[in-house]
Amino acid sequence: MAQNALGADFDAPEIDRVFKALAARERRLLLDRLRAGSGQTLGQLCQGMGMTRQAVTRHLKVLEDAALVATLWRGREKLHYLNPVPIHEIAERWIGKYEHAPLDALPELKRKLEGKGHG
Amino acid sequence: MAESQFLYVIFVRTTPEKLWRALIEPEFTRRYWFATTQESAWTAGAPWCIRFADGRTADSGEVVEIEPERKLVLKWRHEVQPELTAEGYSRLTFEIAQQGDVVKLTVLHEMDRKDSKFIQAASGGWPIILSSLKSLLETGESLEATSKSPTGR
Repeated sequence: MAQNALGADFDAPEIDRVFKALAARERRLLLDRLRAGSGQTLGQLCQGMGMTRQAVTRHLKVLEDAALVATLWRGREKLHYLNPVPIHEIAERWIGKYEHAPLDALPELKRKLEGKGHG
Repeated sequence: MAESQFLYVIFVRTTPEKLWRALIEPEFTRRYWFATTQESAWTAGAPWCIRFADGRTADSGEVVEIEPERKLVLKWRHEVQPELTAEGYSRLTFEIAQQGDVVKLTVLHEMDRKDSKFIQAASGGWPIILSSLKSLLETGESLEATSKSPTGR
């Protein structure tokens, strides 16, 4: 049975959790926030979210259960980090390792054509 | 939050005890971590280093925090490429937690320096080392690419 870093075969409940976690706008927004700055406290993540602290806590729990978010304690602060592994594995599953180079080149090409490149 | 960081989580079908040993003991690290071994007395404040198979030091630092089978924090400086050594010390955290019938390993490598070239370099190495570690513990075989020394000696 094919296994991934989540320690599960590809159609195990662990994978369902990832897709369910991603199927909410608020949770995708939290992932965006963590991508912009990984290692944030609950208080930092609540800023500008327009949600109660309880709601943010609930969403973070769903993300953590799906391993999309990892938490580590630094002193008395619980810091939240974006874990790229589950999304990377989804990409690997359907995009495949041989298609990476051309796909990576597309945004670069787009930037060049639109004249937004830096160099 | 640190200015540069790399975070990676893997789940391994093993025990916290075995995963802990695999992270620090030479007979394990040699097989999945590019034939390197680590030296330390493994107590808080003790010096720590990674050695290539030929005896040269790859990285050095000290043990910051150690809680066997649960947490290891290292002060870590690269020692091979001068421009990376010049960046100074990074901080590496391994955290181990049993989760159902698997063990979760969280790896955080961070540095208080914007756009750290060392963290960028480490980010390229960790995924294959950790995949190989998982493979070794679950199947008894590490990935071939990680079993040889990068120095070729």
